[in-house]
Amino acid sequence: MTTHKRHSTILIAAATLAAIGLAGCSTGGSGATAESTATAGSASATAGPTGKITVFAAASLQQTFTTLGKQYEDAHPGTSITFSFAGSSDLVTQIRNGAPADVFASADEANMDKIVKTDVAPGSPKDFATNVLEIAVAPGNPKGITDLDDLTSSDVQLVTCAAPVPCGAATAKVEQATGIDLKPVSEEQSVTDVLGKVESGQADAGLVYVTDVKGADGKVDGVSFDASSKAVNTYPIGVLKDAANPELAAAFTAYVRSDAGRKVLSDAGFGAP
Amino acid sequence: MTRGLRAHVLVPERDVDVRLEIGSAECVALVGPNGAGKSTVVEALAGLLRTRHGEVLLGDRDLTRVPPHRRGVGLVAQRADLFPHLSVAGNVAYGPRASGSGSREARHRSSAALAAVGVAGLADRAPGTLSGGQAQRVAIARAVATDPALLLLDEPTSALDVDARAEVRAALSTARTGRPTLLVTHDPLEAVALADRIVVLEAGRVAESGTTADVLGRPTSAFAASFSGLTLVRGTATRDGIAIDDGGALASTTHTVPPGRPVLAVYHPTAARPTRDGAGPERPVTALEPRDGLVRVRAGELVADVTVSVATALGLAPGEPVRIVVPAAEVTVYEPAGAKMSQ
Amino acid sequence: MTRGRAPVPWWLPVPAVLGGLFVVVPVLAMVGRVDWGSFGALVTSPASLSALGLSLGTAAAATGIAFVLGYPLAVLFARSTSRWVGVARALVLLPLVLPPVVGGLALLAAFGRLGVVGAFLDDHGLRIAFTTTAVVIAQTFVAMPFLVSSIEGALRVGGERFERVAATLGAGPTRTFLTVTTPRVLPGILSGLVLCFARALGEFGATLTFAGSLQGVTRTLPLEIYLQREIDPDTAVALALVLVVVALVVIGASALRTRTVVA
Repeated sequence: MTTHKRHSTILIAAATLAAIGLAGCSTGGSGATAESTATAGSASATAGPTGKITVFAAASLQQTFTTLGKQYEDAHPGTSITFSFAGSSDLVTQIRNGAPADVFASADEANMDKIVKTDVAPGSPKDFATNVLEIAVAPGNPKGITDLDDLTSSDVQLVTCAAPVPCGAATAKVEQATGIDLKPVSEEQSVTDVLGKVESGQADAGLVYVTDVKGADGKVDGVSFDASSKAVNTYPIGVLKDAANPELAAAFTAYVRSDAGRKVLSDAGFGAP
Repeated sequence: MTRGLRAHVLVPERDVDVRLEIGSAECVALVGPNGAGKSTVVEALAGLLRTRHGEVLLGDRDLTRVPPHRRGVGLVAQRADLFPHLSVAGNVAYGPRASGSGSREARHRSSAALAAVGVAGLADRAPGTLSGGQAQRVAIARAVATDPALLLLDEPTSALDVDARAEVRAALSTARTGRPTLLVTHDPLEAVALADRIVVLEAGRVAESGTTADVLGRPTSAFAASFSGLTLVRGTATRDGIAIDDGGALASTTHTVPPGRPVLAVYHPTAARPTRDGAGPERPVTALEPRDGLVRVRAGELVADVTVSVATALGLAPGEPVRIVVPAAEVTVYEPAGAKMSQ
Repeated sequence: MTRGRAPVPWWLPVPAVLGGLFVVVPVLAMVGRVDWGSFGALVTSPASLSALGLSLGTAAAATGIAFVLGYPLAVLFARSTSRWVGVARALVLLPLVLPPVVGGLALLAAFGRLGVVGAFLDDHGLRIAFTTTAVVIAQTFVAMPFLVSSIEGALRVGGERFERVAATLGAGPTRTFLTVTTPRVLPGILSGLVLCFARALGEFGATLTFAGSLQGVTRTLPLEIYLQREIDPDTAVALALVLVVVALVVIGASALRTRTVVA
């Protein structure tokens, strides 16, 4: 009688609260659909989509994107951006196999093309940066490397990216353009691995991006070469079809292509798209 | 003793201090309770025990620091331990091969050893297919094929049933002929059949040593007495026999010891008769044990074995007093130790 | 009279079958993805054949080295009474529990160009990094513990009875080791060799970190599969199947051998 009624009241109240809570969770992202825009406008307004996204980005974007992510989070409280950096071809495989990601930034168009029809949302992808190759050597350039030709010398241990990785594709293009047949001692799965081997002294030289040399903070020296302009990698970024939070994904993508984003990228050595 | 053994086995970690001599064609039985140190002696003589003390002299060779594979000491243990991956013939030929014989000579020696031991027909068998007795005979042939200068038999028949023991005993007899042999055994029959002398070990020391007949007929140590199946009592010599220390007397037809001297007396339990009244020494019954179809009546240190029907007729119960009567002809009285401890 | 077998609890087969399926289903699923039409061509391409040949050759070399070094090590572990043996054994068996990449880093620290041993060798013209030798070293490092552990186990089981008998028969330590100990532990040796070879064949993390990846020199089958899965997934699956078949053949062959030896 009275106890029964009290019990059922409590139950109803609890159920209502739970329902509201659940509704809040699921609509948290799209709660502000009316306000968010996917246009390339300044994202300095504190209003905007909230929630979490996961960004898959090429290894060469590690430092710049980490900075961009932090900037965006600071400017937009209530957002959280997680990154996964790896060779672009690795990321493509993961996306194909159903890895949960909202945004994909590739180091070349070839890799983005592999999934553009199947996994990328229509309307994207868009280019946001370019990059060219540079020769990374130990500080002080002890082997005195001045040009691509020097890399074929027998006392230089060279490492490059493997063919399916964007910097590997660029390397192949450069080889084709110059007619030089580089003979690396190892072909790595990502450009960070190549850089790592030069940094640790295992290899004498490696073909990496100019941005990698810049970002290495003095741990390696860079030697630029003319033929690098023959292999320009264009970096596209796109929102994925199965994104859990497409609004925030679009907003972040827009930020990357905004003036603020472009400044961070060019500071690191990336070229304009 | 130009080809015999003189050894002093001294292993403080195991509390063993034993001096041993074996003549060039002599077989000495080493007996004693478990833990007395018999295995230690065998291991030390075989070279399988690394010890800093003692010495082992075999003939004119000092084997004290020599590793086992260079000693020329053969060993047959309780388990045959035949190499499972070799045939019987291969096992027996192993020793000769190891000492450098060519394969033909090794095969000859192997066949000869197998024939000597009476198992020539098993030559091509695999060890796993042999019975216990067969395997042990092969093990004996294997040890003998190396013509060892000293043969150690460590309870070679303990793991066998009675029938197998008999067939192995013949092989052991062949094996020990013509070389110094040490036989560790728990079987008095084996000692009688094979050994010239018996050395009794108790708590790591030699308790008694003498010819087989002496030690088994006139034991001076408790273990030797139980080993030979006799009951041992201590006392003082009297004109008729012995006055037992704990009371009572036994008459004996052997009057060789002057009265008043400390003596030992033995008799076989089956010769004793427990009675409710009679002339024998009186003791309270301490236990009644079944024993091979008989009932063993323990009364203090005295023992009597009787048939079940006799025991039932007497109606004995533990705690009741009983008198043990032994015919004088069955009691042997003699002096302990002294002249007995000669080697 | 035969002994009846002790009954097994009724519920035991349930988790057991699940366990079996857990391993079998993914393998079968992968086999199901094979494009049989192009299988032959994919598997016989120069890159594939090079990777397969390299894998088999390096795994065999690694197993051989592991045997020559690991068998004596196992004997010492099984026979020694020193208390340092426990420590030594823990170190030697470390690669069993270390992630292979960590193994690769350790090998770099020792044999890399700037490594403790590697630098010395490099000065004398002996380069290890990025060579096939490096692959063999990496495989030996991760696979040897399997051999050591398997043989040591077999040695302990037997005890030392037969060795003592051999000594009393006049066989010196070397002869005893070759004619008594080794035949006795042969089943343990064989299963150890199989485990070792299989582990060496499948080695990836340490090879990638320490030896690098270059066709014909250091790109073993696992590394080739890792590369191909981004370029051409069909090739990757085809090569993976080849690896599975090789592994099955190796394991099957050893199971036959052990059965005949025991019988």
